[in-house]
Amino acid sequence: MSATTAAPPRAPAGGYWIGLAVVVGLLIVAPLVLPPFWQRFGTEILIWGLLAMSSDILIGYTGMVSFGHSAFFGLGMYGAAAALLTVKPPSLWLGLLYGLVAAGAAAVFVAYFATRLRDIYFAISTLVFSQIFYVIIFTWTEVTGGENGLTFSQPRLSLLGLWSDRFTPTTFHWFVLIVVLVSYLLVRRVTQSPFGMVLQSIRENEPRTRAIGYPVERYKIVAVMLSGLFAGLAGALYALQNKFAAPDFVFFVVSGEVVIFNVMGGMGTLVGPFAGAAFFLLLREGLSRFLTEYYLIPLGIIFIVMIIFLPQGLLGFLRRRLNS
Amino acid sequence: MDQILIQTLHGLVNGMVLAMVASGLTLIFGIMDIVNFAHGDLLMLGAFVGASIVGVTGNYWLALVVAALVIAILGALLQATTLRPLIGRDPLTTILATFGVSLVIQKYALWQWGPSVRQISEPVRGNFTLFHLQYPWYRIATAILAGLIIAGLWLFLKYGKYGIWIRATTQDRVMAQAMGIPVPLVYTAVFAIGSAMAAASGVLFGPFAGVTQTMGFDFTLRAFIVVVVGGMGNLGGSILASIFVSLLESYAAIVVSPAQAVIVSFVVLVLTMLFRPTGLFVPTPK
Repeated sequence: MSATTAAPPRAPAGGYWIGLAVVVGLLIVAPLVLPPFWQRFGTEILIWGLLAMSSDILIGYTGMVSFGHSAFFGLGMYGAAAALLTVKPPSLWLGLLYGLVAAGAAAVFVAYFATRLRDIYFAISTLVFSQIFYVIIFTWTEVTGGENGLTFSQPRLSLLGLWSDRFTPTTFHWFVLIVVLVSYLLVRRVTQSPFGMVLQSIRENEPRTRAIGYPVERYKIVAVMLSGLFAGLAGALYALQNKFAAPDFVFFVVSGEVVIFNVMGGMGTLVGPFAGAAFFLLLREGLSRFLTEYYLIPLGIIFIVMIIFLPQGLLGFLRRRLNS
Repeated sequence: MDQILIQTLHGLVNGMVLAMVASGLTLIFGIMDIVNFAHGDLLMLGAFVGASIVGVTGNYWLALVVAALVIAILGALLQATTLRPLIGRDPLTTILATFGVSLVIQKYALWQWGPSVRQISEPVRGNFTLFHLQYPWYRIATAILAGLIIAGLWLFLKYGKYGIWIRATTQDRVMAQAMGIPVPLVYTAVFAIGSAMAAASGVLFGPFAGVTQTMGFDFTLRAFIVVVVGGMGNLGGSILASIFVSLLESYAAIVVSPAQAVIVSFVVLVLTMLFRPTGLFVPTPK
C-alpha cells in the first residue's frame, strides 16, 4: 500500500519500551483475573494477531496485499496435526516445527510464482494459490481427513526433557504470549534492518529500488517466505489450542479476515494488526450475541467506512513512533 | 466418446455464462481500474431476486429483466457511496472495499433467504437427443441468450452514444472530461451495467444448479481467472478465455471429480500470469 510516511525519525523510543512492557504485563496478568471464556478469548486474539502481523510484513511494509494467508495458516495447522498424530510420543516442539516446515514449503512455492506479479495480480494469484491448497486438502480425504479434518490430543509442555507438565489454559496463554512476543520482536528487528528498509523502499517506489540495483524479486520472495513462516506458526499454535486441524481454516474467508485485521488496526505498524484482531473479534463477540451469524453485516459496513474515512486504521497515527 | 461430446457441450454452455459474468467484471476493471470482489455476490443477489420473482409471478423472463434492473440500481448506489470516495487512491483499496461489500451482501442474502438452495424452474422445457444422449434445450437456449446479451453490450459500446462515452473514458479520462463527458456519471453507469450483467447471468445460471448464498465467491474467483487469462479489460479476450477455461474444466471432470477439476483453471491462470501476463487471447504487445 504505497501510502504516506517518509523515513521514520530516529527519536529516542523510551516511551515505546515502557508502553510495550505495560501491555505485556497486562497480558501476563490477564489469565489470572479473567473468567475462563475471556481467558481463552485473549489467547485467540494473540494467535490471530500473530497471523495478521505476519501478513503486515507484506501489506504494510512491502506493499503487497496477500489474499492467501489462510494457506500458510492452514498448512501450519495440518503440519502440527501431522507431527502430533504420527510421532510417538507427541511433542509440542515437533508440532511447531512441522507446522513451520509445512507453511514454509508452501510459502516457497507461492512466493516463487506470485512475486513475479504486482499489485492486483499478486493479490489474485495468492488467492488462487490458497484455493489450490484448499481444494487439495478438502478432497484428499485419506490423508487430511477431508471435510472433517484431523483431531488429536494436546501434547504436554516439556522443556529439554527436564520438566514436563500438562497445559492449563493459563500456562498455554503464557506459552502463546512468549511465542508471540518473541515473533513480534524478531519481525520488528527485521523490518528495521537494512533488509526491511529495502522492503519499504519497494513499497514506496519499486522501479527506483530496482534501478538502484536491488534484486527486487529476491527480496519479495524472502518477504513472502518470512510472512508465510509466521503465519504457519500462528496456525500451529491455533491447532495446539483447539486440538484439531480443519479445512475451513484454509478457506479464503480466513485470508479475508486477516486483511480486515490489518486495515482496521493500521497497516505498517506490526502492533496494529493485533489491535485490529482484538477490535474485530470483540465486535464479533458483541454483535453475534444478538445478531448471531449476521454480525458480518454491521461489521462489513464498519470495515468499509473505516477504509473510506480512516485508511490509516486504529493505530495508524502511532506509525512513526512504533517504527522508530 | 459420448462423454467427450457431452462435456464439450457442457463446457461451451458454462463458458457462455461465465463469459457474461466476466464481461461485466472486465468492463468495470477496464474503465475504472476496480477489481470488483463483490461481482459474484451481485450475481448471487440477482439470482435470488430472480428466484423470488419467479416464485411470485411464475414468469421467468420478467424475473430476468427485473432482477437485472434491481441489481443495476443497487450497483449504482454502491458505486456512488463506497467507490466514488476512493477514486484517486491506491487501486488496492478498492479490492478491500468491494471485499467488505461482498461480506455484507452475502450475509444479507443469508438473512433474507436462508441457507437452503432455491430452485428456479426452467422456462424452456424438454430435451433433445444428440446421438443417443439426452441434453436439455434450456442449456442451449441459455448459451445463445448469453451470446446475444454480450453481443448487445458490444454493439452498445461500439455504436451507442453512451457506449462511445464509455470507450472515450477508458482511453483517456482527462480528455473525455474536457470534451464534456460527465466522467463520474459514466463510472456509476458502468458499474450499474456490470452489476446488471452479473445479475442477469445469475438468473440464467439459476436453473442449472440452484441458487445458494455461497455461490458468489466461486463465480468471483472464476471470473477473475478468465479476466486475467483473457487480458485484463479486454472484452473479446475474456469471452474466449471463458470458453477455453470452461472446456478444459469440463474435460478434466471426465478424469477427476468436478471439485478437483477447478485446479485446472487455477493452473491455466498461473501459467498465463507467468508466461504471458498481458493475456492469452490478445495480440502480442509491441
